[in-house]
Amino acid sequence: MYFDLTDEQEAIRSTARDFLASRFRSERMREIAGSADGTDAAGWKEMAELGWAGLALPEEWGGQGLGIVDLAVLFEEMGYALAPSPLFTNTVVGLALARAGSDEQKERWLRPLAEGTARGTQAMVDAGSTGTPGAYPMQDEPDGDGVVLNGRKQLVADAAGAAFFLVATADGRRHIVPADAAGLTVTPEISIDTTRRLSTVTFEGVRVAAEQTLPGRGAEFGAVFLRGAVALAAESTGVAQRALDLAVAYAKDREQFGRPIGAYQAVSHRCAQMLLETENSRSAVYGAAWAADADPDALPLAASMAKAYASDAGWRVPDASIQVHGGIGFTWEHDLHFFLKRGRANASIFGDARWHREQVAKRVLAPA
Amino acid sequence: MDLTLSPSEEGFRDEVATWLRENNPGREPEGSLDEVMTFRREWQRKLHAAGWAGISWPKEYGGRGATMIEQAIFTGEAAAQEAPSPANVLGLAMGLPVVIAHGTEAQKERYLEPILTGEEIWCQGFSEPESGSDLASLKTRAVKDGDEWVVTGQKVWTTFAQYAKWCMLVARTDPDAPKHQGLTYFLMDMEQEAVEAKPLVQITGEGEFNEVFINEARIPEENVVGGVGNGWTVAITTLMNERAGLAFGAIAAIHNSLTRLAALAGEVREEGGTSAAEDAYFRQKIAQLFIEAETMRLNAYRGLTKTMESGIPGPEGSLGKWQWADINQDLTELALEIEGAWATLGRGSDGAIAGGAWQYNFLRSRANSIEGGTTDILKNIIAERVLGLPRMR
Repeated sequence: MYFDLTDEQEAIRSTARDFLASRFRSERMREIAGSADGTDAAGWKEMAELGWAGLALPEEWGGQGLGIVDLAVLFEEMGYALAPSPLFTNTVVGLALARAGSDEQKERWLRPLAEGTARGTQAMVDAGSTGTPGAYPMQDEPDGDGVVLNGRKQLVADAAGAAFFLVATADGRRHIVPADAAGLTVTPEISIDTTRRLSTVTFEGVRVAAEQTLPGRGAEFGAVFLRGAVALAAESTGVAQRALDLAVAYAKDREQFGRPIGAYQAVSHRCAQMLLETENSRSAVYGAAWAADADPDALPLAASMAKAYASDAGWRVPDASIQVHGGIGFTWEHDLHFFLKRGRANASIFGDARWHREQVAKRVLAPA
Repeated sequence: MDLTLSPSEEGFRDEVATWLRENNPGREPEGSLDEVMTFRREWQRKLHAAGWAGISWPKEYGGRGATMIEQAIFTGEAAAQEAPSPANVLGLAMGLPVVIAHGTEAQKERYLEPILTGEEIWCQGFSEPESGSDLASLKTRAVKDGDEWVVTGQKVWTTFAQYAKWCMLVARTDPDAPKHQGLTYFLMDMEQEAVEAKPLVQITGEGEFNEVFINEARIPEENVVGGVGNGWTVAITTLMNERAGLAFGAIAAIHNSLTRLAALAGEVREEGGTSAAEDAYFRQKIAQLFIEAETMRLNAYRGLTKTMESGIPGPEGSLGKWQWADINQDLTELALEIEGAWATLGRGSDGAIAGGAWQYNFLRSRANSIEGGTTDILKNIIAERVLGLPRMR
């Protein structure tokens, strides 16, 4: 029993903290957030050079072969820096290909993805659907030895610059569709979190050759979904930690009525609450990340606990930080709103808190 | 990072579990507190004889010399199997670490063994009627008289005072010094005429706590712990160990309560014939409590790893105590909400659900955010000592 990061994991953390702090200063983050398509080719290239594109992907296919705990360390830092980056979406697609792809698919799609030269992103949620994880009504109609896709996928993150989409269909399968496929159109939406852009992807008679459909289905993608939820919960934990650090620094510095506002319990107790929620998130995240690596049977419960908790903390802590900052916290000029928006957006994807709590309830309450 | 038990820790857990299954005397008698204490003393003697008292303390002081993880495993397993509390719970959780950390060799020789056997019960004389959260303002006076100290004052919320041989007493020895510096930590013999304990009836109708009236009690000078004027530092050690030492038992106890809560939800009928466990609102609430309990458990293990590396429990223990109080209160509140109209019937009523246990737990848990440091004070500690915010006034 040893619940702390190893020296290697500490090294990942400090490298990430230093790199991201220098690479994504406020001005640069705002530049990307305000740009036409939200991409940052130079930043992505540097992350790829650091090996991050394939951090938790098999070495055999160009990755670093590290685990989900290591990935959680990295994503906590991504959230802390609020780095606008397709690293999350790319990672999730990589995990799916590694787990459920054929060797040919891994060679053709996973290797460049892991090396950072050809990004992938998921296209899951169908327009007009409930948005419930695992329920994707789009049909894959047989066409020769392949299938044809028709419909609209929404809330597709980091579509700009992606080389291919991993598209979910009702039969539990996933299809690799290159971004330049005939009949595929990407329409950007207005995301509340401009550091992670969302788009609608329209499929009009898009043909998918047999070799582009992953052989795996159902369960494998459930396992990938849980790992993605843990990584996102780690990111939200980093978001919360940053918002807490900003609040504490401000509460020490800002004086009213002749004293730093942090000397007033209305403020300091709010900060203590923020610490509690941030630390709880972190414990839940590493508990789940560890389960992903070492005790997969425990993962479904642990991942739902982590994502439920971090979904709430990821936006409530920035929200509380805005309150500590008072008026300045409500201005566009202050960075806090970007943290609030990222936390709030993270809360709603990969299963929201309510959905994950229900998964917990299914496991802890005897069947009716 | 490794959240599994090592093979030797697993072996230890199996050994503990087996021993407990064979030796756990089960439910405490439902009679008077006297009967309960007799039962607990017997249990502690058994624990000590088998080497389960003072698990993580050095062998030279009568402990088992095991790791803090193993101590946590034992506490957790005992709570999970609903073994009774040992009689001298305060002596074990606070007296033992304080004497080991601050006591003289002679004090270690004198006090440790009877703490472990439960032969001598300990109580804690910190709070006073006018000094609760502001502990350092306490007024109980100790005046030197030859080679003795003469103590006069009043203590309150003193658990087990009526059974205790020794009181961990903090008294003012220098009224002119700044308030944190004029205090001294004593071990006061409770068995003297000058000390009188009176039970305080609490909102449950029971009397777990006492008022202690001290009128010129005598304490020999060799019973000072940690030196005259160092009482504050020694008292803080006591409180940190209280929060850390009780954590793993509290976590296992919460888990047991949650299991009962889930069972209760499955039994209580709702409109339309379904159970409360099928109600989306209750499902969300119950799940949230399970989640929070798990974060508390994981936090405690993170804290334990840190403590094992640094040697002493840090102020982070305050987070766990705060969280424990919140969860324990929330779950009893939810139980009453699930019971609906029947939540009105309490212990002793034939119509009460689960014999009125939840009504009792609801009332008893009101103290959780007060006893052992109020949640409000814990937030101050976290703000000042963990976050580094300015001191509050």
